[in-house]
Amino acid sequence: MDYGLDKKSNSLKTFNTMFIVVWLLIACFPFIWTFWGSFKVRADFFSRADWWYAITAFNTLLETGKSFTTEAYSGAWFEGEFWKASRNTIIVTVSVVSVSLFLGTLGAYALSRSTKNYAFWILIIALVFRAMPHITLVSGYLFPFFQLQIWGILPTTIVVLIAINQPFTLWLLYSFFKTVPKELDESALIDGCTYFQTFRHIIMPVMWPGVITAGLFSLMLAYNDFTVTALLLNQENHTMVPKIQSYLGTNQHEGNLMWAVSAVVSATAPLFLLVMFFQKQVISGLTAGAVKG
Amino acid sequence: MPNKSFFWFFLPTGLAMILFIGLPIISTGVQSFYAQHDQILKEVKKCDPFGCKVSVQIDQEASSKIREEKPLGKFNGFGTYIDRNHLATDQLSNFWNESNSTGEFLTKVGNLPFYKALIFTFTYCIIVTPCVLLLGFVIALSLNSISRKIRGALIFGTILPMIVTPLVGSLVLFWMVDAEGIIGANLQILMNDPYLSVKSSKTLTWITIIIYGIWHHSPFAFVVFYAALQTVPQEPLEASIIDGASRFQRVKHIVLPHIYPVVTFVALISLMDNFRVFEPIIGFSAQGSAQSLSWLIYDNLVNEEVILFGSAAATSIMTIIGIAIILTPVLIRTWREFRTNR
Repeated sequence: MDYGLDKKSNSLKTFNTMFIVVWLLIACFPFIWTFWGSFKVRADFFSRADWWYAITAFNTLLETGKSFTTEAYSGAWFEGEFWKASRNTIIVTVSVVSVSLFLGTLGAYALSRSTKNYAFWILIIALVFRAMPHITLVSGYLFPFFQLQIWGILPTTIVVLIAINQPFTLWLLYSFFKTVPKELDESALIDGCTYFQTFRHIIMPVMWPGVITAGLFSLMLAYNDFTVTALLLNQENHTMVPKIQSYLGTNQHEGNLMWAVSAVVSATAPLFLLVMFFQKQVISGLTAGAVKG
Repeated sequence: MPNKSFFWFFLPTGLAMILFIGLPIISTGVQSFYAQHDQILKEVKKCDPFGCKVSVQIDQEASSKIREEKPLGKFNGFGTYIDRNHLATDQLSNFWNESNSTGEFLTKVGNLPFYKALIFTFTYCIIVTPCVLLLGFVIALSLNSISRKIRGALIFGTILPMIVTPLVGSLVLFWMVDAEGIIGANLQILMNDPYLSVKSSKTLTWITIIIYGIWHHSPFAFVVFYAALQTVPQEPLEASIIDGASRFQRVKHIVLPHIYPVVTFVALISLMDNFRVFEPIIGFSAQGSAQSLSWLIYDNLVNEEVILFGSAAATSIMTIIGIAIILTPVLIRTWREFRTNR
């Protein structure tokens, strides 16, 4: 909607472009650099002598004969059992996304179609729950979980992540359901559908964009979680993020640091691809959550 | 929707939230009033050819027995809240009496673990939140005036810092600013100080974590502001251009008032997020010089010898109170919105 009124001076344009370029460098360069460095040996990426080695691959050439090496990856994935962590992450993520979407759509639909006062209070409580720092919840879980002897296993973590995810999913889907006109369900109800049939056959088919957005956010929460998975899973069942932390720990000086670097790249790449494909949904989800509360 | 259908639709998610969010909060509250048992000591008489000695030992059997009977620990009331690791009321009054000046008193208070964490958490919140708002807004404004064709790709690049988990994000930065990383090494050359390292200096560590916070949170502010900018009406903007308003005046008098509600909302959300800062401290291995409230809880929970449930719970409850204070304006806003929408 530019009618030619808003003429920008050239200096402002240049400044604007420069600012964007600088910001994008700040935002993206760390990832590019880590990706590049993950194919080097430790002496190059963490060079005491000269940081330029990371680019010329001085030590990588000496140690492996080539300027790129996948040593860090094979070390982390096989020796460091990162394959197990990524398998666990897949199990956790898939279960959390599917179950929390199922529960969330049902609940949010009910909330959006209820005109009673309690629906409002439930939403307020969900908002309060959403604001709780996860670490405070974990400090509540640990003791009862030890007593019940369900600490350390994947199902517990999955259930906890589903529950933690509910408030956000509810709010997001609630704001999406609100945009679906009520007349749609009313006509179905008059035609003799039950509420569940209306939900299943009338509302769900038009709700896919919203469900995909909510699914993306559940996925990011489950995939990215550190607090819950690090404290509620035992070593054997660790997912990717706590696994990365374990590579840092005491073994930092035994060459495992490159494992951490390659693990970070391996864990981040799928996420970036996903966001690349679903960028629109991610942004619409963020703004729906923000603009509508 | 009738109450009965509502009940069945809402039951699964409601149950999940009550069981795994509501109950844990109560459980945390209960735990905070208990402390782990004191060790039961017993006297052991050991005799060898040179005579008999009486030594004091931990009675493992009795200790584990009492632990089994009362796994929660002994009742401690508000004891945990006021001990040295939390509010430290005794120490505070001591320091107050001993210190000659307010400065000295504050330095001493700043060394108590809870207050140390509180000071870091507040500093982090107070610096990061406004910077995030400002940077997010400036990025949104300047991206908004870039050709639509390449905007999608630029937005993708912009939101990258936000979508990675804080631990990974902070690690990626840490590896660069560390003494052996690309930025750290160049800083050493630039400052001509071969021993300069982010890890060894408290101020530098704080600055790094704060920069990380701005880097990580700005994309969120950007996305929301960018979406809000799309809704700014064009007519007043055009009118103001004809009236000769400068670019800055237009932003100040038309754009900002229009997106003001969103600004306050983003401010409160990022304040809440920043208040629970925790993962970057692990990512930057900054435990030595920067501790936050959430980190204190984590530290209690991963304690090697015995998990300090009571201590972690007390800190948790105080963190929840802090969050509640920040949350109140959000709740009031939601309340008003809901009232007017109906």
